Amino acid sequence: MSAVVEVRGLVKRFGLTTVLEGVDLDVAEHDVVCLIGASGSGKSTLLRCINGLEPTNSGTVVVNGRQVIQDDIKLNRLRRDVGIVFQAYNLFPHMTVLDNVTLAPRKVLHLSASDADARARPLLERIGLADKADEYPDRLSGGQQQRVAIVRALAMQPKLMLFDEITSALDPELVNEVLLMMRQLAEEGMTMIVATHEMGFARDVASKVCFLHEGKVLEEGPPSKIFSSPQNERTAEFLKRTLDAGRM
Amino acid sequence: MAALRASHTNNNFLVAFVVAFPLGVFALWFGRRAETRVVDRDGPEKDEQLARAARRVAVAGITLGAMLAIGLGIWSAWTGLEDVQEIFFSPEHLGDSAGLVSGWPASGPIFEGFLLNVKIFVVAEILVLVWALVVALVRDMPGRAAAPLRWLAIAYVDIFRGLPAIITIYLVMFGLPITQLPGMKEGEFFGPDASFLGFDQVEMLGIFALVLIYGAYVAEVYRSGIESVHWSQRAAAQGLGLSRGQSMRYVVVPQAVRRVIPPLMNDFIGLQKDTALLNIAGVFEGFAAASNYANNNFNLSSVTGLGICFIIITIPMTRLTDYLVKRGRQRTQAAFA
Ligand SMILES: Nc1ncnc2c1ncn2[C@@H]1O[C@H](COP(=O)(O)OP(=O)(O)OP(=O)(O)O)[C@@H](O)[C@H]1O
Ligand SMILES: [Mg+2]
Repeated sequence: MSAVVEVRGLVKRFGLTTVLEGVDLDVAEHDVVCLIGASGSGKSTLLRCINGLEPTNSGTVVVNGRQVIQDDIKLNRLRRDVGIVFQAYNLFPHMTVLDNVTLAPRKVLHLSASDADARARPLLERIGLADKADEYPDRLSGGQQQRVAIVRALAMQPKLMLFDEITSALDPELVNEVLLMMRQLAEEGMTMIVATHEMGFARDVASKVCFLHEGKVLEEGPPSKIFSSPQNERTAEFLKRTLDAGRM
Repeated sequence: MAALRASHTNNNFLVAFVVAFPLGVFALWFGRRAETRVVDRDGPEKDEQLARAARRVAVAGITLGAMLAIGLGIWSAWTGLEDVQEIFFSPEHLGDSAGLVSGWPASGPIFEGFLLNVKIFVVAEILVLVWALVVALVRDMPGRAAAPLRWLAIAYVDIFRGLPAIITIYLVMFGLPITQLPGMKEGEFFGPDASFLGFDQVEMLGIFALVLIYGAYVAEVYRSGIESVHWSQRAAAQGLGLSRGQSMRYVVVPQAVRRVIPPLMNDFIGLQKDTALLNIAGVFEGFAAASNYANNNFNLSSVTGLGICFIIITIPMTRLTDYLVKRGRQRTQAAFA
């Protein structure tokens, strides 16, 4: 198995606050890595550094053998292989669902409109939204929008998917449809890094769980180990709190 | 003040007004009392219906009264001030100056002048749309290398937003032709013998001046639109692999343009009106023609007529804006969102 992501000593500051303080992370092909940790621990920031949406202060990030640096051309190349889905869906409100999904294949991969359609329709069918292809995103439910956002990223046929708390903005009854989709992706062998508060998902699906605390990876390992016998007391504390909050 | 001539019509108006307005005010007062009884003291059903009826009477009475008052005012000014009518709205001069007397299609100096205003602002608006977007995008360029360009864009906007339009027009139209700047010589684009889309040199320079002025305003409008698109939209676009330029072109700018349509229309109406300023530098547009006619005939109706033309052309623009905004909303937003 080859390394898809290699993060070494990553430091990220926003002004005077250090958000990531020397993070190391390895992701192999077909891995599902779940990032857990309290709000503000730097999960989103780490994901955004991995696809170069944030410039870093020191350390290295290597994705698919290419180092991530703030260079427009290199970043454009990198992001073809890395899909990202955000908490707030971020669909483009001025485009139909179909146009949302086909925009990047058309403009980045230079597919013809019909080829891009041919790629998008089966994906929309798969999430049961083929009949919404010509709707605008604001007319869909949150869960539907989030599934479209996932499909939009998948249409680029990425080698790696980044998910940033993509169920956090959803009503509880809509969470499952999105989680189900992520499980299917994992089963198909997609390499994924998932920032999440859904401990149940992490326990069932993750091949590795990383606990972030104050900008560091305090503990990592298979979910069976992290969830049943955490070594670090902060991990234990965090898990207890989330358990008490009923998120497991 | 003009003497109010008490014609029969006036009397009828007056009576209607005297009845309608106080009736409305009384109904308002009566309705409020009934409502208070119903709401505060849980009064009977009958009071509720009474309150509702009184409200209707009140609205109808006061509206009618107000409309009659306005009508009365206009009518009395019209009939009472025959000289006002003659000075500003003489049918004879209106028709004569617009060329209507010589038959349709109109061919009078004002009509032709106004057509020139229209041609000038249509061309200027198209150029402004493009030029201002260029300025706005330059201001938004990233990186240290682009800093001088950004400063240039900022300086341009500051200067031409601050300068009174008439000064810019004056300097451009009188100044540029006597310079030996490239492009200004015989046979060149802005040269004395220039001609472009049927515009001569003076008119071209006028358009140039208007584009300079309104480009600065519209660039700011665009920029506020671009900034109003949430940064997460760019993150999503770049996350999909779109380059910075592609993200701007396909994701940010289309959303920004939709949002700025109403303020953009304001600037366009301003531009339409300011085409009249070009007459100071010898463009024989509508106002030049109309004031010329007014001076020769000792009557201002030609200018009033031109004014009406300017008002009329802004109305379809306003309606079009409303329509575009509404359609955009309906298409992209849930019915009850
Ligand atoms: N653009 C920014 N400017 C300044 N500070 C920022 C910025 N983005 C994030 N931060 C700070 O960085 C820290 C980590 O943020 P981050 O969003 O990565 O946390 P998180 O683990 O994803 O939290 P959550 O679970 O709430 O999403 C926070 O303290 C946040 O305030
Ligand atoms: Mg986050």
